[in-house]
Amino acid sequence: MTALRELSREFDASRAALLVRVLPPGLYAGRARMLVLRSALASRSVWLAVVSGFFEPLFYLMAMGQGLGSLVGTVSGPAGQQLSYAAFIAPGLLAASAMNGAVYDATFSFFIKLKYAKLYDAMLATPLGPVDIALGEIGWALLRGGMYSAGFLGIMLAVGLIFSPWGLLALPAALFVAFAFASIGIATTSFMRSWQDFDLVQLAVVPMFLFSATFFPLSVYPSAVQWLVQAFPLYHAVSLMRSLTTGAVGWSALGHLAYFAVMATVGFLVASRRLTTLLLR
Amino acid sequence: MPGSVGIVSDSLVQARGLRKRFGRFEAVRGIDIDVWAGEVFGFLGPNGAGKSSTMRMIACVSPRSDGELQVLGMDPDVDGPQIRGRLGVVPQQDNLDTELSVRDNLHVYGRYFGMSRAAVRARAAELLDFVQLTDRADDPLEQLSGGMKRRLTIARSLINDPELMLLDEPTTGLDPQARHLLWDRLFRLKQQGVTLIISTHYMDEAEQLCDRLVVMDGGLIVAEGSPRELIARYSTREVLELRFPPGDEHGWPETLSDLADRVEQLPDRLLLYAADGEATLAAAHRRGVQPTSTLVRRSSLEDVFLRLTGRSLVH
Repeated sequence: MTALRELSREFDASRAALLVRVLPPGLYAGRARMLVLRSALASRSVWLAVVSGFFEPLFYLMAMGQGLGSLVGTVSGPAGQQLSYAAFIAPGLLAASAMNGAVYDATFSFFIKLKYAKLYDAMLATPLGPVDIALGEIGWALLRGGMYSAGFLGIMLAVGLIFSPWGLLALPAALFVAFAFASIGIATTSFMRSWQDFDLVQLAVVPMFLFSATFFPLSVYPSAVQWLVQAFPLYHAVSLMRSLTTGAVGWSALGHLAYFAVMATVGFLVASRRLTTLLLR
Repeated sequence: MPGSVGIVSDSLVQARGLRKRFGRFEAVRGIDIDVWAGEVFGFLGPNGAGKSSTMRMIACVSPRSDGELQVLGMDPDVDGPQIRGRLGVVPQQDNLDTELSVRDNLHVYGRYFGMSRAAVRARAAELLDFVQLTDRADDPLEQLSGGMKRRLTIARSLINDPELMLLDEPTTGLDPQARHLLWDRLFRLKQQGVTLIISTHYMDEAEQLCDRLVVMDGGLIVAEGSPRELIARYSTREVLELRFPPGDEHGWPETLSDLADRVEQLPDRLLLYAADGEATLAAAHRRGVQPTSTLVRRSSLEDVFLRLTGRSLVH
């Protein structure tokens, strides 16, 4: 019994030591929400750019769903049911809007604030620490991604592209997806040296948008390519959204969620560590 | 007061053997500092002397590589956020929030310190008045001049009513009028009992503002004292400057060396350090020296620096 207690104490100590190694103390003041407040204030002056993000998935839905959809006819859904082409791609566009909203703020805006505006240096002259900054910026990016998703989800609901009450869960799911993309976006951007590196972001985002079973089912690919597609995060977001809006929810949804949980955790830890190295040098 | 770390309550900053390394380069190579409550303390030195690295360590945003450091009686490595909550920092380059208005810059910054909305609003109004920016409160940041931005940065650093302010080259790049306005505000803060630490490479700034200063060079402290003490210790009361046409000054230092305590040769002129500059000038004329122009002036910290490091501070 004592041995067990000792073991558990040792385990606690080593876990604490691990946490300290990953995130040393004094890096978090618990005021990440002040950064979200700051971003909300700052976005007032560029509200048009923010609002424009709502329209991108809508244009795709109109052009592809209505236009192309009139040629395509119906497509098989996750449970084999026949869906209009618009109903098939709408959850894909929903997932992509969560990704795009999060990635924009987590890459371009974050890079400007880090390298040029020196905004985080100013924040570190206050009790705020790198962890507040990482959490706050991830928080705002996920809110932005979430806002776009909510807007698009409202449109889907209005034009009858949601076929199940499960569809309500698409909003929290979109927030979770946006969280994961924001974390990875910030972590990746913290390694970038110049604007040239942002071509790589485009190189990752654009093919993901086009090939992640957004516009056509995974089954069109040969099986080797199917594996490759399934390795990328947007595929999991698209599948998750599609199963929710069509009501074909299975255990695989948990697998998708686990993917994003890992992605968000790794992204957050790397982002916090990198910000500490970059700002407290 | 060595050996009293953390006990002496009016020592706001205490460093012993403080060092900072960046890879193989050592920016600060073991310095001792004491900053007392209510004083204006200066770091004087050329670019690369280690001033900014020292200021960053005191500001708790740069972990020390070696030595002891206490700020407000606490250890920056352990209590960084608590210490930073009681400091006001004016960085070398303005890092105001360009996406926010003048007033929002103060509001948001106060919130970072955990101040309530109401407290921030009241304090911001007070500070905008203090730095004479009340009529620009709702302007976007890019409409401010360089001097105004500097003043706003000072106002921002005061939002949390700091006990200790750190100003890293506060007037670099400002025109004379803006500098004097800024000095006036800093002087008022000192009168209110705020302790100020200023780094600068301007001699006049150090002489105007600092009660006590250290001269840094190559990561070390080479002298310490009040501006007046330093001048008395390392220089003479007056300095005679003799300018010569280029190429003509050679040989003069030897001819004139016995007329002054010390002779410095700069690229464009000779400096003769003597108690009585006019008498030295007359003696030099008697020896047939014919400079293109002459100047007798009082010794300044510039001369102290020249004496200590063999180099001119401002070129």
